[in-house]
Amino acid sequence: MSDLRDLYQEVILDHSKGPHNRRPMAEASRTAQGFNPLCGDKVTLYVKLDGDRIADVSFEGSGCAISTASASLLTESVKGKSLAEADALFQGFHDLVTGKVSHDEAGDNLGKLKVFSGVSEFPMRVKCATLVWHTLHSALNESQQTVTTE
Amino acid sequence: MATAHDLVRPATRSAFDIARVREDFPILKEKIHGKPLVYFDNAATSQKPRSVIEAEQRFYLTECSNVHRGVHYLSEQATQAYEAARGKVQRFLNARDAREIIFVRGTTEAINLVASSYGRKNVQAGDEVVITAMEHHSNIVPWQILCEEKGAKLRVAPINDDGELIFEEFEKLLTSRTRLVAVVHISNALGTINPVQRIIEAAHRRNIPVLLDGAQAAAHLKVDVRELDCDFYTLSGHKLYGPTGIGVLYGKARLLEAMPPYQGGGDMISSVSFEKTTYNVIPAKFEAGTPNIAGTIGLGAAIDYVNQIGFENLAPYEHELLEYATEALARIPGVRLIGTAKEKAAVLSFVMDGLHPHDVGTVLDQEGIAVRTGHHCAQPLMDRFGVPATTRASLAFYNSFEEVDALVKGIQKVKEILG
Repeated sequence: MSDLRDLYQEVILDHSKGPHNRRPMAEASRTAQGFNPLCGDKVTLYVKLDGDRIADVSFEGSGCAISTASASLLTESVKGKSLAEADALFQGFHDLVTGKVSHDEAGDNLGKLKVFSGVSEFPMRVKCATLVWHTLHSALNESQQTVTTE
Repeated sequence: MATAHDLVRPATRSAFDIARVREDFPILKEKIHGKPLVYFDNAATSQKPRSVIEAEQRFYLTECSNVHRGVHYLSEQATQAYEAARGKVQRFLNARDAREIIFVRGTTEAINLVASSYGRKNVQAGDEVVITAMEHHSNIVPWQILCEEKGAKLRVAPINDDGELIFEEFEKLLTSRTRLVAVVHISNALGTINPVQRIIEAAHRRNIPVLLDGAQAAAHLKVDVRELDCDFYTLSGHKLYGPTGIGVLYGKARLLEAMPPYQGGGDMISSVSFEKTTYNVIPAKFEAGTPNIAGTIGLGAAIDYVNQIGFENLAPYEHELLEYATEALARIPGVRLIGTAKEKAAVLSFVMDGLHPHDVGTVLDQEGIAVRTGHHCAQPLMDRFGVPATTRASLAFYNSFEEVDALVKGIQKVKEILG
């Protein structure tokens, strides 16, 4: 069962059961929606920008443990970051969950996000982890289209 | 904690030797993540007996040739084998005439064929097509496309909380504007067996033709299209222990004959000039291009196999499995079944308190248990039950009571890991 425990680490389970920053945001400067047609998961991401910085970020929606925890940890990770820093996190996170870099090789900037390294062993679940990040990317790039994982 | 082991297994009928049956399906010996495979995704696709695999292989090894062309030996053999399979399907469905059997890629293509050919000809602005709330996307979207093109309306008959069609409401939707009723015979997501005989009688009283989506039903109960008197019946070979990429549209000859072609090409013509093409007669009119010959022969072998087991043996056994599994799942706290119709096939769709089906599916997979998780191509149905998705265990006659016990254990594991 070591594989499953690698995927469902305590931090991930905690965030999936009690996600942080799951709330609507009336004063958001950007919003974007993500949709995974495979499982029907939907996520709405709200971002409040202060110049080049992400002053606040929150999400709504419900999904599996991986996608909910990913959304929760995303909001914690990118809050206060510059757009360039957020973009670098997205890249680093993507490389981690797709197995391009290992847990130990991943950049220190990822911090807590490294708990998702186990996802790379479960190819069917990569999209669960990355959906909200693609949605953030869309929000920051002002793309109006709903992001889908397909 | 209650487990399935507390349950009393029904004495399996002597006519049904499950150990012997399992021998016929090579894949059932596979190990997944080091555990014996428990294959509970039969509603997505069923496994294939050795005889089907060998029939396809034999065709490619020793009989491969195109059909309905040429006078050489192999072509004649291939044509005979292809048409023999049509005869097998005809007898399997008890159709009056082999000309009423059209080979297509699967149920989806069969429904699209009817929507595109029959639908375009007979459905006009202001007309209506009636479906139910438990349809698979393949029996929703083709009608939506048709209705949008024609300015017609798609009407949806509601279901109750058990996942049963509310017949009175369905009947109210049948009006002088209704041009076709298209209903699933057995719901893939709920297992509900629809009262198709009553549906057809109600529609026919108003001269409305009925299409049945038999993707699930054809593998689990005896279908008799003449007794049902349905106008169209559709099925997929791969859910009937046959190959993928082959399916069947049954249609009453007089309807098929009056319908325009679906696709143009070789085989569907009797003569072609640049000024005028004369179409072939049915079934060739609807089989443009080289068909899936190996798949058709494989489907014929699958039907031989099912006939050899017999619905009179497999249906009662599957029902025993269903009752056993239903009882076992009902005993697990936090598990709720979606789809509790009185008339039901061996499909168990369920949700678990606080847990998403995708996570459930991942843990079960690590236990070697293959289930489907998601919306089962029935998003409107999921909305009806207020869930984004379910976990679905769909059973077949080669599944065992021990495998149901493994599922129960797997669900306990899910709780342990995620709970």
